[in-house]
Amino acid sequence: MESIKDKVAIVGMGCTKFGENWEKGADDMLVDSATEAIQDAGIEMKDIQAVWFGTTRLNTAEPCATALKTEYIPVTRVENLCATATEALRNACFGVASGVYDVVLAIGVEKLKDQGMGGLGTVSGAGGDGTMEWGMSAAMFFARMATRYMAHYGLTYEELKQTLAKISVKNHHNGSLNPRAHFQREITEEMAINAPMVSWPLGLYDACGVSDGSAAAIVCRADMAKKFRDDYVLVKGLGLAVGARQGYLQPSYDMVHMEETVRAARQAYAMAGIKNAFEEIDLAEVHDCFTITELVIMEDLGFCPRGKAPEYVKAGTFKLDGKLAVNPDGGLKSFGHPIGASGLRMIYEIYKQMQGKAGPRQRKNPSLGLTHNFGMNPGSGIGSVTILGQRD
Amino acid sequence: MTGIVSYGAYVPLRRLSTGPSEKAVANWDEDSLTMAVAAATDCLSGIERKTINGLYFASTTPPYAEKLAATTVGWALDLPRDLSTADIGDTLRAGTGALKMATDAVKAGSAKNVLVTVSDLRMGGDFADGAAAFIVGDKDVIAEIEGGYSLSNELLDVWRAAGAKNVRSWEDRFVFEEGYLKILPQAIKSVFEKSGLSVKDITKAVLYGPDLRRHREIVGRLGLKPEQVQEPLFDKLGNTGTAFAPMLLVAALENANPGDRVLVASYGDGADVLLLKVTDKIKNITGRWGIKRSLAAKMPVSPADYHAYKEFAAADPDRFGGASASVIARERDAIYALAGVKCQTCSTVQYPPQRICTNCHTKDNFEPYPFTDKKGKVFTFTLKYGGDIPAFARPGVDTMVDFAGGGRALFGMTDMVAEKVKVGLDVEMSFRTLGVGGGIHNYFWRCMPLRLSWLGKEA
Repeated sequence: MESIKDKVAIVGMGCTKFGENWEKGADDMLVDSATEAIQDAGIEMKDIQAVWFGTTRLNTAEPCATALKTEYIPVTRVENLCATATEALRNACFGVASGVYDVVLAIGVEKLKDQGMGGLGTVSGAGGDGTMEWGMSAAMFFARMATRYMAHYGLTYEELKQTLAKISVKNHHNGSLNPRAHFQREITEEMAINAPMVSWPLGLYDACGVSDGSAAAIVCRADMAKKFRDDYVLVKGLGLAVGARQGYLQPSYDMVHMEETVRAARQAYAMAGIKNAFEEIDLAEVHDCFTITELVIMEDLGFCPRGKAPEYVKAGTFKLDGKLAVNPDGGLKSFGHPIGASGLRMIYEIYKQMQGKAGPRQRKNPSLGLTHNFGMNPGSGIGSVTILGQRD
Repeated sequence: MTGIVSYGAYVPLRRLSTGPSEKAVANWDEDSLTMAVAAATDCLSGIERKTINGLYFASTTPPYAEKLAATTVGWALDLPRDLSTADIGDTLRAGTGALKMATDAVKAGSAKNVLVTVSDLRMGGDFADGAAAFIVGDKDVIAEIEGGYSLSNELLDVWRAAGAKNVRSWEDRFVFEEGYLKILPQAIKSVFEKSGLSVKDITKAVLYGPDLRRHREIVGRLGLKPEQVQEPLFDKLGNTGTAFAPMLLVAALENANPGDRVLVASYGDGADVLLLKVTDKIKNITGRWGIKRSLAAKMPVSPADYHAYKEFAAADPDRFGGASASVIARERDAIYALAGVKCQTCSTVQYPPQRICTNCHTKDNFEPYPFTDKKGKVFTFTLKYGGDIPAFARPGVDTMVDFAGGGRALFGMTDMVAEKVKVGLDVEMSFRTLGVGGGIHNYFWRCMPLRLSWLGKEA
């Protein structure tokens, strides 16, 4: 096995405004994000040799080809739940690293607001096996982890809610500095703690919203990158781990970590040569579908010891001006979660930060950034970790 | 000797206060079929399930008009597949009718042990809900069924048209004078004439009654002494329809002694009368919930919630786009019998069944592992406020349960006080309905706090 490190570069990116884009369809958003990415790379659509297209709601590659009017080139639709957009990038990287293609497009889109959905992945339809319980929702799956986190570490409900509120406040603050975010208002800890319950112990501000959006990246072989720009960003590591319901089938699973995140990070760190993630990584865009998820991810990624995430959160370690900025762009909390677009939206932020173009959110000279997605739910998930770095 | 080999009962935990008395009412996830499973489980306590080769489900409120409930009950109980099944209904006499049919089948030699379940959840009147179950056989008989008599009477006193939800009735004077009060004594007198017995030979009379007043009136007309009459439990249980007389029979058997002669009389479109003689094997029946203990385990339900349950049940909302009959068929052991697997290589217990072991990765080397009788603990949970949950059931409780002896699975919780659910709570399993989709009733298991924990307690 070889590492992907420094073999592939991102030379252009685009990202739409995320939100209730009533006036735009999936095709419009694909055109918008692809256009920005192509212009950013200084190329034209005809220069793209292959496309990897991430979406969970559109069933084929055809809507992407039709929207972008590609001319009979390979377009592959990829789907891996919440890691879908990152999967588009990951597979695009392999296409380029293999030498088969020189310049390719990784693009993701999701148009959730045409479906009348009230919550993130709310399941209210038929359980094919006739065992579908009432009130199934994504919140429920992560609330189980929150309940377990309290029991496992002896936290009171109040202590947990205070910790989670700090995460929510931080991400909404970051989002308030980001014109592309869906939600751009600050919130207070009191608002978060006193919000209506969604799935106890998680309330409204513990959950991310439902949004539309698209993001895109132009990927090429690293040795070609200078042709496009000086401040390209290098792919340092790609990790993906898919669970096999071990957490549901085996009572040994503790429900206070997500093994898939741990394994994906291990793969990506090994490729990138990262020994101490907390010391080496400057900023991370992680899957804060719920605040509890971000809390546990901090431990899963090795940013802090097991059970210590609440202390780190309290100390402000993961704030924009902290030791390791987490979700500097506002995260899923501020962007919502158009499933097939989120991964590339995260990568967009790291890319801009590396180029010094993150405006009021700009970190000082970041050299290594991480993005993370987590699909499905604790007990059986899809963990995806990408490491991006400055060129030498 | 043919007769009752075992008995069991199910009284739903919820009690609706009606002034000085109370009645037992089903939770919103219960129906006649799920209550029958619970009563049968009680009845099968200590009984080898493979000895059962007949199963009757008697009710006026079966879940389907065309499709047996008995097969679903049998599957949930993991009974043998070579089972003679029948649903018997359309009259409040269906329970005693089923007992008679079972007795005849055993006597004729076409069945060895018939499980008779009787359950009702009626709407449109001041009804209570519950179920009883008996095994009728010819070995280890605890109460011999000595004889029976049926009287058929064409009368529209109480009825419900096909497709209608609510029971209707003619005027009270007609209903009672031309119906119950006239027909039941007539049938009992016929039994005495045929058997050569008289009222004084009866140790206990188990009499159906529409209400306490008419029950008392019958007792008077028959000349029964108070100690000869099984307490009708109108103030503790209520009128449970088809299941009423059978549940009172369970109550009578709980207090019966060898040699007792029990008369059971039920009413509806005529009357059924059974004569039972209790044997000394009655002492072997222990550890049942039965009626007495079931009545002592209860949680209150507010009139508002009770009416909301009934309205919900009457509306019968289709909550699914349609469940898949073929998937249910493929997974029926896992769904209805809550059957998991145990890896024969590494002993890891798993639910739902897998092809490849989650632990040692051995392929297709499992033995069945039933979970219905396993107890467990709540490993984690959440309270669900989802809009699709009926308001009266919010918050719903979702749990991850770790079973004693291995295995972990996800279940909704029932018969709990949501605010009192905690990590580590002891739970057991209960067969419930999760609602209707595409005309398909979705039955599955939920966990619940140990029913024992409600004994002698109020929430």
